Amino acid sequence: MGKTFRRPQALAEVPTHYCPGCTHGIAHRLVAEVIDELGIRGRTVGIAPVGCAVLCYNYFTFDFIEAAHGRAPAIATGLKRVRPDLVVFTYQGDGDLASIGMSEIVHAANRGEKFTTVFINNAVYGMTGGQMAPTTLPDQRTTTSPFGRKVAQTGMPVKVAELLSALETPGYIVREALIRPKYIQRAKKAIRNAFTYQVENTCFSLVELISTCPTNWGMTPIEALSWAEEKMLPYYPLGVFKSPEGGRRSPGAAERSADAA
Amino acid sequence: MAKVLMKGNEAIAEAAVRAGCLNYFAYPITPQSEVAEYLSRRLPEVGGVFLQGESEVAVSYMIFGAAAAGARVFTTSSSPGISLMSEGISYIAAAELPCVFVNIMRGGPGLGGILPSQADYFQAVKGGGHGDYRLLVLAPASVQEAVEMMMEAFPLAEKYRNPVMILGDGLIGQMMEPVEFRDDLKSEPAPADDWATNGMERRGSGRRNLIRTLYLVPSELNAHNLKLKAKYDRMRREELRWENYAVDPSIRLLLVSYGTMSRVCRTAIDRLREEGVAVGMVRPKTLFPFPREAVFAAARQSEVRAVLSVEMSMGQLVEDVEWSVRGARPVFWYGKCGGEVPTPEEVMEEARRILRETE
Repeated sequence: MGKTFRRPQALAEVPTHYCPGCTHGIAHRLVAEVIDELGIRGRTVGIAPVGCAVLCYNYFTFDFIEAAHGRAPAIATGLKRVRPDLVVFTYQGDGDLASIGMSEIVHAANRGEKFTTVFINNAVYGMTGGQMAPTTLPDQRTTTSPFGRKVAQTGMPVKVAELLSALETPGYIVREALIRPKYIQRAKKAIRNAFTYQVENTCFSLVELISTCPTNWGMTPIEALSWAEEKMLPYYPLGVFKSPEGGRRSPGAAERSADAA
Repeated sequence: MAKVLMKGNEAIAEAAVRAGCLNYFAYPITPQSEVAEYLSRRLPEVGGVFLQGESEVAVSYMIFGAAAAGARVFTTSSSPGISLMSEGISYIAAAELPCVFVNIMRGGPGLGGILPSQADYFQAVKGGGHGDYRLLVLAPASVQEAVEMMMEAFPLAEKYRNPVMILGDGLIGQMMEPVEFRDDLKSEPAPADDWATNGMERRGSGRRNLIRTLYLVPSELNAHNLKLKAKYDRMRREELRWENYAVDPSIRLLLVSYGTMSRVCRTAIDRLREEGVAVGMVRPKTLFPFPREAVFAAARQSEVRAVLSVEMSMGQLVEDVEWSVRGARPVFWYGKCGGEVPTPEEVMEEARRILRETE
């Protein structure tokens, strides 16, 4: 009997710098698996954010750029416009994408740039030490909201997938989660769809992934998974928010219509 | 090729195309928006990329991305826009990506005004963005020179893998002059496969390329900065450009001026000489590297009483003039910076006053 579990070729064999229980590693692996399956490693360029994943190029085995905070979609735009044959993706967290980089992601999505964004939403700034993010939940404690996020002062958490799906330009916008195997299977399909739309030159694609940050949430990895499921999923529903052909490729379409009903 | 009459901004745009740069990203701002308007029609004709970005911040990173792919790329803007791009310029310089930025300067600070100025001298030659980096800064004094510098800027950027800035004042962009696009200034882009993130399959070696600017290990960051410094030192040795105007052993006053301002100074020098007052000028054509020894040599001539920096800024160029003269002669400043260009008469009057004072 042959080996059934292998490291994807697109994933490097190195020790991780991420904290115990962090879901970045799962996201990295899913991206690497999809790149292997689509056979695009030789023409893929990844763009790393500022945040915990600033060093994510250490885990991949293809060309990579390290961006400035929030600017990855602008770099991806420049790269993809001059080399449309390349497969380009940005990998961004919620501080990077939804705060300092909100302008870049909205306009890239609205222009229908043919690249893919993998968006990690763990409701907190990770690398800088657990500060409040635009995605931090109401009353959630962080190092800059020590008494809990007060929405009267800081507004409600930004729902990136919903916000971007309001744009009229065609795109593939989906939210999945990395917190249970059943969600991870769906996340993998969504990432594969997103890259496929890009390879087929169809549209901009973004996969938001509900993730955990046990260190900055002050929880064990197990507690963090439960907290994400109980607190984040009700506010951040999973599913396809937009697709270029009305949801035929939607891994979460059934759930979404069930939610609506 | 015959000369054609063109507005500076359009000539700069056409020069880039003639130089083989077919990729342009920009955000509109007066007084240089004609570049984008021209290229929005011109680039599709030649199969190039034209994109109007959502902000100057985003544009600077679109330049980053296109340059990272190994493509020739440039943008144009004006003073407040260059401030917004300065973050990206720092990253581009750190990542050692070749590209060209054009600043058609307007008055500042803040929104300032839309008329010509040279008030971004410090921003261009001393940094602008954070960290230890330098731009190779070329300062044209005519539309023809702007065209030539634009065409030379791309191979220079590729030689050093560093951004090059064309620093022109609003007059360079707005005035019309006859220009010739010289075929001998056309060039092929330098090979980029050694470093560009353009897909590893085209390299065939299985080696991937990484473009980064984060060096968390102090010794690595120091080594990176030493490597950059060696590059800037090489620019100081190999790229110095200046022009001496009427610098002969008889001059009693030395002017230092660049760009459009230097043309006013030429007129002033001609007229002063008709009056029997011997004045000459060193005109830097590269602002970084600065022609320090040329200014020093001209200033130390035995008859020279003083050196006068004439600039459309409130005392920026004069600091490099003082640094060049090293105290050998008194250094004076004259300038305006509200959009009014000093007239030849004003420069002549200032020259006469200084010569009286230093008698």
